[in-house]
Amino acid sequence: MKISIQENDFDVSIELSLLRKDLPGIGGINLFVGTVRDTHLGDDVHAMELEHYPGMTEKALEHIIQQAQSRWEVLNATIIHRVGKLMPTDQIVLVAVASSHRGDAYAASEFMMDYLKTSAPFWKKEHTPNGSRWVDARTSDDDRLKKWQM
Amino acid sequence: MKVSIRFFASLKEAVQIDRLELDLPETVVTIGDLRQHLAGYQPAWQDIFAPHKNIRAAQQLQMVSIGTLLIPGAEIAFFPPVTGG
Repeated sequence: MKISIQENDFDVSIELSLLRKDLPGIGGINLFVGTVRDTHLGDDVHAMELEHYPGMTEKALEHIIQQAQSRWEVLNATIIHRVGKLMPTDQIVLVAVASSHRGDAYAASEFMMDYLKTSAPFWKKEHTPNGSRWVDARTSDDDRLKKWQM
Repeated sequence: MKVSIRFFASLKEAVQIDRLELDLPETVVTIGDLRQHLAGYQPAWQDIFAPHKNIRAAQQLQMVSIGTLLIPGAEIAFFPPVTGG
């Protein structure tokens, strides 16, 4: 299992190799990559800043992987989340799950992203031509989590 | 009881500090009590910590609810709903 909070970009190809290393029982891997959009709520987004709560963030992500492991067969998992200043098209987050079969890999990675969006202490601030603003949490994210009966 | 309080994101900007060490009166027992106590800490904080404001809390690096009992010496954090991913 790998958890990383980092300012630097990540290379999906390298992360995929690390995830698979020495695990011949893997039959399927699902990868999700979140990226910075250049618009939000009708405004151009020039840049984004990501703040987090060091210490709590790592604990929250460990808990997310443990929850996924208790529900599905997860042979290996990676969560990388970037912090600091990001630009449109930059990668923000990687969630990757390796399992014996695709069903568990799909479900566990979707669950992990839904859980991350509502429980991991990250906050986004957007820079637009009209100034900077904190991104509001979306109720649709809470609704998605309810699907997993959390 | 002494506690260490941290603020994050928009809440940190609103209160204009990121940390606060407080020795609490005996009447402050839960996270909800502490939030109410903070609302009275400075005049400007009354609105920031008003009951209708959507504020989350953590104690010892775990999300908690307003009814959670405070632990002496704990690190408590207040912040807006999270927006990562």
